[in-house]
Order: sequence, then structure tokens, then C-alpha cells
Amino acid sequence: MIKIRGLKKSFGNLDVLKGIDLDVAEKEVVVIIGPSGSGKSTLLRCINYLEEPTAGIVEIDGIELTSEANINAVRREVGMVFQRFNLFPHMTVLENLKLAPMKVRSIANDEAETMALELLEKVGLASKANSYPEQLSGGQQQRVAIARALAMKPKALLFDEPTSALDPEMINEVLDVMKELAHEGMTMVVVTHEMGFAREVGNRVVFVDGGMILEEAPPKEFFANPNNERTRRFLSKIL
Amino acid sequence: MNFEIIVQSIPLLLAGAGITIEISALSVGLGLLIGIVVGVCRVCLNKPLRYFAAFYVEIIRGTPLLVQIFVVYFALPMLTGSRVDPFIAAIAACSINSGAYVAEIFRGGIQSIDMGQMEAGRSLGLTWSQTMRFIILPQAFKRSIPPLGNEFIAMLKDSSLVSVIGFEELTRRGQLIIARTYASLEIWTAVAFIYLVMTFTISRFVAYLERRYRND
Repeated sequence: MIKIRGLKKSFGNLDVLKGIDLDVAEKEVVVIIGPSGSGKSTLLRCINYLEEPTAGIVEIDGIELTSEANINAVRREVGMVFQRFNLFPHMTVLENLKLAPMKVRSIANDEAETMALELLEKVGLASKANSYPEQLSGGQQQRVAIARALAMKPKALLFDEPTSALDPEMINEVLDVMKELAHEGMTMVVVTHEMGFAREVGNRVVFVDGGMILEEAPPKEFFANPNNERTRRFLSKIL
Repeated sequence: MNFEIIVQSIPLLLAGAGITIEISALSVGLGLLIGIVVGVCRVCLNKPLRYFAAFYVEIIRGTPLLVQIFVVYFALPMLTGSRVDPFIAAIAACSINSGAYVAEIFRGGIQSIDMGQMEAGRSLGLTWSQTMRFIILPQAFKRSIPPLGNEFIAMLKDSSLVSVIGFEELTRRGQLIIARTYASLEIWTAVAFIYLVMTFTISRFVAYLERRYRND
């Protein structure tokens, strides 16, 4: 589904990613963890070209990202959920969900509305359809953001620290929605600090530090006996 | 203070004020159009367009409106060989001038919108222009209302400069009446008062828009 080869990204003299190879299979949930500044968010943002890689190949569903046209085509198929939600504040929840399907996929208003309401039902926010984002709690906003990404019927979803900006009591409502998606077979790449989620839902955990993948393994193995010294040190600090 | 002269001059002055409103409204309208296009160009992905927009803003903002009016009315005809109608010249100079300031207002508005909004739009598959149109501009426009109000008020007052090409708006009417009656004190007071009524009306209207869009 997602194939990354030799991915490098530099900001000026700062090499954030130093050559990443990563494959994500269909229906797989890959959890990326690592210390701050390790390049894990940049890696995620390179997958849909929100950051343009300095070198290397990103291939989604067999399409290599090169031109503006196929970047747009791929972004339609790969949804993204941000740390700070990034809902559109001047639109109601319902309008947030309807915009992209109508403008990008040319779906009729009625159909888009039906679909949007179904998705809001799914994330438990059907009653908030006509609210504005600022009237919702952080957890609710993030659930709306997930529903908005789903409205494009993406083949894969990228999560960039989706619970890091939330109050502790709201983290679970968002994780629950993500777990449900994983069980339904959504392909997901999740950058997070939620080790419980990684352990429970991840098919594979990837440890990134210093712009490189230092270790990747199924969660049980990864948390039980990490091979890499730096992985061990990182885990000992957070677990 | 001779009030009789003021009363007698009021119809002439009001007719002049009507023309002032006409020039200002047309210039502000055209200036808005120019400003939106140039303002978006200032932040767009196309480098030549960006440079061109910056060039336009620098040239217009860096020269006095009075000189711009002279250029359009007196200098350009020397090049083209055909006279320009004072009305067209007035509107052209004022709207090109206003467009540069409005462009800067919109650029500021656009750049004040969180980067995450563009990223969210793009990540959903919207193109840059779609994201600009449906997501960034509506928010930027709301934030631009107060400075746009300033610009409209400034335009209304600056339109007095077109009196130099003999265009009979409010200021020019005042000058003409004074030339005949020598009633400087009365007429300039009346002219100033009429400008004040117009600008005050605009500032109240802008305040209303601000309130309305804040709750939206």
C-alpha cells in the first residue's frame, strides 16, 4: 500500500530524515514512536507530500509521487489527522465533512450529507452536526477531524500525534475511534506517544531516532525485548 | 460666518458629494477586485506572479496618488496620443492605487491564517486554489474587515485629489464656489462637515460588519 525507499529530508543544513525505508501493507496498523525531534512527524508528512522529500521515493498504491497532479490524486486516497485537529472554523461540523467529497469527488450535496451524518454517527457526534468547531471539546474536534478524513473514503489514514493536544480525560474517546477503524481493516500509520495503543492495536511498531529507523517489530516483541540499545533507553524512560 | 451662503451652496456641494461617492465607490469596488487578485498572487506558488504582484505594490505604494493621477491624465496621453476622459482617469488612478493597499491587507489576512488550514485542505485532496477559495479566503476576509474599513475611508478622502484634473467632486465644487463668493470660512467648513458625515457613515457600517461577522 505504502512504499518508502531511501527517503531523506533536510531543512537547510539540518538533516531530519537520513534515509528511510518503510513498507505498509494493506490493512496494517504501523505505529511510529520515537523521541521529539527524531523526525517521526516529518516522515509522516512526507508520505502525502505535505513536506517534499529532499531525496527518495514515496509510492502509494503503486503510484509514485512526482508531479502536482498525482500528488493531488494520492492525497485524495490518503487521509490525515493532525495534532491540532485543523478543522475549518468558519464551517459547521457537517460542512467540514461535506466540503472535500463535494469539491474533489464531485458528490452531490444530498449524498454527501447522508454520508457525513453516517460518519458523525460512527464517531458518536451526530448531535453536533450543526455546531461550529469552537463549540466542541478537543476530543470531539479530533473525532470530527477523523470523520472528515473518512468522508473522502481514503485507502489509508495518517495520524500525526492525534492525542498529544488533548486533555487526558479526552484521549480515550479518540483512541477508541481509532481502534474501531483498525478493527474494520483501515490501513493506518500512527505517530503517537500512546504506548497502550501501540501495544494493543499496532501490527508493527517502528522506532525512529536521529532521522533513521532503528528498530521495527511486532509490538509484543518490540516491548518485551528490544534489540537496539537506544530503543531500550527510550522505552525505559517512558514505560 | 455667513450662513446664507452655506444654505445657498448646499445643493451644489451635495451634488459634488454625490460625485465623490461615485468615484470612491467605483474605485473601492475595482480596488477590491484588484486587491484580491494581487493579494492572492503575493502568496501564490508561482514565482513570476509573486514578483509581479510585489512589484505592483511597491510602485503604487511608493509614489503619491497625486502623481499617479497626473501620470494617468497628463503623461499617458503623451505616449498614446489620445486624451483620457477625466472620469476614467480619476477612477483608473484611484482604483489602481487602492488595489495595492487592499492587496497588502488581504496578504496580511491570508498569512494570519494558521498554516494547518492549508495543510488540512491539501491533505483532503483539495487543490491549492480550492483551499484558498473555500477555506483560507473566507477566514482571511473576515479578519480584513477592520483594515479594509480604514482603506475605504482613506479612499473617500483621497478622492479629493482628483479635483486637480478639473473633476468636479466635492472639493472642486467648494473651490469653485469660493472663487465666486470669497466665502472661504463658510464653504471649507461645510465641505469638511460633508466629508465627515460620509466617513462617519462608513465607519459605523464597518463596525456593524465587524459585529455581524464576529458572531457568525
